Amino acid sequence: MKMELIQPFINAADAVFAEALQAPTKIVDLTMDEETYRRKGVAAHILIKGEIEGRVILDLAPDVAMKVASHLAGAEVPESDQVVRETVCELANMVIGNSVTLLNDQGFRFKVFPQEVHMNEQGLAGSVDTEAMVMCIETPCGPAYLNLALHYLRRRRRERDATPVAE
Amino acid sequence: MQQFAALLRKDNQPVRYLVVDDSVFARKNLIKMIEMYGGEVAGEAGDGLTAIAEFNRAKPDIVLMDITMPQMEGIEAVERIVRQHPAARIVMVSSVGYQENILAALQKGAKHFVQKPVKPEVLYEILRYVLSDEGGAPHAAPVGVAEEGQA
Repeated sequence: MKMELIQPFINAADAVFAEALQAPTKIVDLTMDEETYRRKGVAAHILIKGEIEGRVILDLAPDVAMKVASHLAGAEVPESDQVVRETVCELANMVIGNSVTLLNDQGFRFKVFPQEVHMNEQGLAGSVDTEAMVMCIETPCGPAYLNLALHYLRRRRRERDATPVAE
Repeated sequence: MQQFAALLRKDNQPVRYLVVDDSVFARKNLIKMIEMYGGEVAGEAGDGLTAIAEFNRAKPDIVLMDITMPQMEGIEAVERIVRQHPAARIVMVSSVGYQENILAALQKGAKHFVQKPVKPEVLYEILRYVLSDEGGAPHAAPVGVAEEGQA
């Protein structure tokens, strides 16, 4: 996997958590993983198709999601599956939206599919045998995990346009 | 929590907002900021179609509109609202902030764009700017003073 593809997601995740929680965050662990993804908690799974293809998973333990929700609400939020789901979804939306913005402005064109949220015991479809980068982001509310499996399908528009056509 | 001088309409009433986002979580977050600015929530919607109906019902001073939503996306909703109500003040609030999206929204009649995660101080300045198109800066008074005035 190219760092060029990964970096916007790392930057976006770092910025989103730091901004949302108004506190510094730290990437404490970065590993490559070829195993089936094992969820730590509630996972938002987003598919990307186009000049870049792959998937992104944002994964938070329910108690971490509740702490984030309470922080954002400015008051203690009663625990419920819906709040946990909403929190993970919105954080994933922000991370994806910010990364997509960076990649799009670099000239990549692709479609982001609506996220699927996994809360039950089932595994994550399509995660078998996929080489992925797994990142643990330490936040004041607890760890958040970002799992990225992305590759180029085609070169970006800028590079295609710059390539001279052979006659 | 940050303190903001209340944003008021010219008639000294609180600014009324329509909050449009398919995420309840995001709406709550925006509503919290609206309260910090001394505003009033005139309505909420989770998609573009409901936003149009809510706009017609509530006639808000400001719409905070997400872009990616089910049924009808924010940019199309902006186009339809502005076609019916050319003076509508709509601020796009989205995590997807690439240039094409921003340009499309502005071309359809949105007044401004703010990227999520929303910083309260950034949204506040944008609202001040958008409200100032009435012909001068909007009234800004400390929240407590504004509440006393209304009482």
